[in-house]
Amino acid sequence: MSWRRMKVVGASLATVLMMAGCAGQGAPSSPTPEHPVKVVGPFELHSLDPSTAGGFFTRLQVAETLVDADTQGNLQPGLSTRWDASADGLSWRFTLRPDALFHDGTAVTADAVASALQAARAKGGTPLSTAPVTTITADGGTVRVDLAKKFAPLAAVLAHTGTQILAPSSYGPGNAVTKVVGSGPYRIERLEQPANIELTAFEKWQGRKPAISKVQYQAAGRAESRTLMAESGQADVTFGIDPTSLQRLERASKVTIEDVTLPRTILLKVNSGHEILGDVRVRRALSMALDRESMATAVLRDPEMAATQLFPPSLPAWHQHSVTPLTHDPSGARGLLAQAGWHPGDDGTLERNGKKFTVSLRTFPDRPELPILATAIQAKLKGLGIALDVKVGNSSEIPAGHQDGSLEFGLYARNYALVPDALVTLADDFGADGADYGAMGWNNAILTSTLNTMASGSDPGGQPDGRRKVTEILQSELPVIPVAWYRQSAVVSKRVEGLSLDPLERSWRLTDLIWAK
Amino acid sequence: MNLTTSLHRSPAGPVLRVLRQRALQAAAVALLVSTACFAIVQSLPGDLAFRIAAGRYGYDQVTAASADTVRAELGLDRPAWQQFLDWTGDLFTLNLGTSLVTGTSVAGELGLYLWSSLQLAAAALVLALALGVAGGALAACRPGGVLDRLTTLWVSGSRALPPFLLGLLLILVFSVHLGVLPAAGHGETRSIVLPAATLAVGLSGLFARVTRDAVADVRQSDYVRFAAAKGLGGRMVFLRHILRNTGVTLISYVGVQMLILIEGVVIVESLFAWPGLGHALVHAIFWRDLPMIQATALALALLVVALNTAVDLGAVALDPRPRHREFVL
Repeated sequence: MSWRRMKVVGASLATVLMMAGCAGQGAPSSPTPEHPVKVVGPFELHSLDPSTAGGFFTRLQVAETLVDADTQGNLQPGLSTRWDASADGLSWRFTLRPDALFHDGTAVTADAVASALQAARAKGGTPLSTAPVTTITADGGTVRVDLAKKFAPLAAVLAHTGTQILAPSSYGPGNAVTKVVGSGPYRIERLEQPANIELTAFEKWQGRKPAISKVQYQAAGRAESRTLMAESGQADVTFGIDPTSLQRLERASKVTIEDVTLPRTILLKVNSGHEILGDVRVRRALSMALDRESMATAVLRDPEMAATQLFPPSLPAWHQHSVTPLTHDPSGARGLLAQAGWHPGDDGTLERNGKKFTVSLRTFPDRPELPILATAIQAKLKGLGIALDVKVGNSSEIPAGHQDGSLEFGLYARNYALVPDALVTLADDFGADGADYGAMGWNNAILTSTLNTMASGSDPGGQPDGRRKVTEILQSELPVIPVAWYRQSAVVSKRVEGLSLDPLERSWRLTDLIWAK
Repeated sequence: MNLTTSLHRSPAGPVLRVLRQRALQAAAVALLVSTACFAIVQSLPGDLAFRIAAGRYGYDQVTAASADTVRAELGLDRPAWQQFLDWTGDLFTLNLGTSLVTGTSVAGELGLYLWSSLQLAAAALVLALALGVAGGALAACRPGGVLDRLTTLWVSGSRALPPFLLGLLLILVFSVHLGVLPAAGHGETRSIVLPAATLAVGLSGLFARVTRDAVADVRQSDYVRFAAAKGLGGRMVFLRHILRNTGVTLISYVGVQMLILIEGVVIVESLFAWPGLGHALVHAIFWRDLPMIQATALALALLVVALNTAVDLGAVALDPRPRHREFVL
């Protein structure tokens, strides 16, 4: 029987050893300046190229743009300390910060900056590629940008994260970005696409040294994983927590929660060229049918995020207190639909000349609240007798549907401050021909000329009036129907202090973090 | 009746025969899988260029202009058969191409994902075998005893818990409450423990069951009773007779489970943010990243062939009986 006893002892020992091995490292030690601050978010790094990597490397403060922006969207010096336009507005000069260095030790020269910008301009789908730029050259230590026509928001376009300035050593054949050598306060220590990035403070950074010298970024695709990483203390700063989990974490009080309203709006893109939706009375009726406050409360857990106009208060220059807010008014909606000739049929669905009011809405699940909001909209429209078919698919089906004209409604979130001056995005979205994420089959001559005048910069004093006019036209014509605004939250462990969120999402400001005493 | 039995092995030996068969199988599988992947992706709804652009530029920023850039750059306007021939030609020169979304070498990305998945699967398997085989062998010592009944409970429990729920429970216990292990992520050595344990718990129950039945069967066999009767000690009987004879059954079973494990890591990888093959395949399909889909599917298919080969070789090594018998009457 000794053999049997040995087996029992052996098996128990093995199990205990395994468990001990699992737990051997114990709880994390108390942080030191060398201890990395751990940042967790939903964003995966699919590409190193600034034009497609989004703001990854500006958020991590690895790379800089020529121009920076403060929380209000006001332009600030970045890699460039000053910029001047010629008298005719067709030639701009950007003076570089003296002694700036790339992480490979080479100087940030005008030549290097001009090459980086030329590479960025050649990539499709970025604001720089659509701006009326003719040439970008190095000229006596400054960077010179020549334009085909006056374009006041040029400096703001050079604050877009797609125009990050990388060192010449970052580029491989065909201007493909093979590594990220920036000039910011942190440099990349290790990069494992798509989910892990490790940063170290750049020793030769001329500005204020970060208090925490090491950063680890980890992407986690599932919201519940991120929540548990925040709750267990594994993450110091966690982005992308769903509203319900945020409420739970807030109650648990193991962490602090920072939030900021983003200049981003969830909206319904409407095909105004559609035989039913082309009628502005129908669009207004649809807008009145939406109970935005209930949707914001139930889905976003935040009634303040119910949109009363397209621009959220976080875009103070564009948000107009004077416009009549969008409200929930089902009886008003029925009245407008009746005026437009829509009356309930036998089955309760609205009909006009024997044709039923049936439309479809496309959205996508990458932003988890979108499909839920889509079904809430579906329910509200059903109450009015409108049959809405919700199709949840890939995000690209919205621009694809815009191009082939098959889109009827699209539900998505639009960030109006990717270029800090919202004018650039608006001029694109509501130009005469419409845009993938803007108007469809709709244009308004006054709006287009107002936006063009503002973009040319010929009447700087008239900008506030222009912005008010734009907001009023969009509010009354509703080429897109605003649904909700957006609040970004970050869960911060009690180990760190000093996090402040940037509403423009340009930077996570990790250099401001300190370990709690 | 004059009966003579002549036994002789096939000329190349069982090992070579297994390898030859499996090599042929691997080539056929590679061709079939890549053709099927290509055909399926081409028949999926939605414009390829838009899908790839959505992967490259992110979900709020894909535009018709970016889709046009992608279309021009990748030559997606070419006829499908030309694109397929290009890829097959590259495959013959062992060039898996570059990802349509990330622009990096598919072989490099695949290497990372494959390595991560294999690490996870191997850790899970070792853990499951340690728990399952030990539990099963102990339970078989006294069929119907307390340990045997506990093992049955463990088997039912571990099979009833879906990996997703089990993973969340393990994170809650070991990360949130005890704070001894990272909840998710990749990069630290300790990160592998919870995803591997999640997979291992489910597998260990089955291993315990199979081991218990196999050991109990072998214990009842004549040769074990004979070995005991001729005076061999309990330990020698277990090692020389029971373990080896059980091994043949167990290895075949482990082979099948390994395949399920490799395919089943998707949920666990997603929950624990583990960058493995499952994660890569799901993303690649979502973005229509054809070279990545084909390479990942190919890797999975070849892995199945490799595992089957390993199982066959393992069985050949454990079971000395010749594969072919010729009876001459």
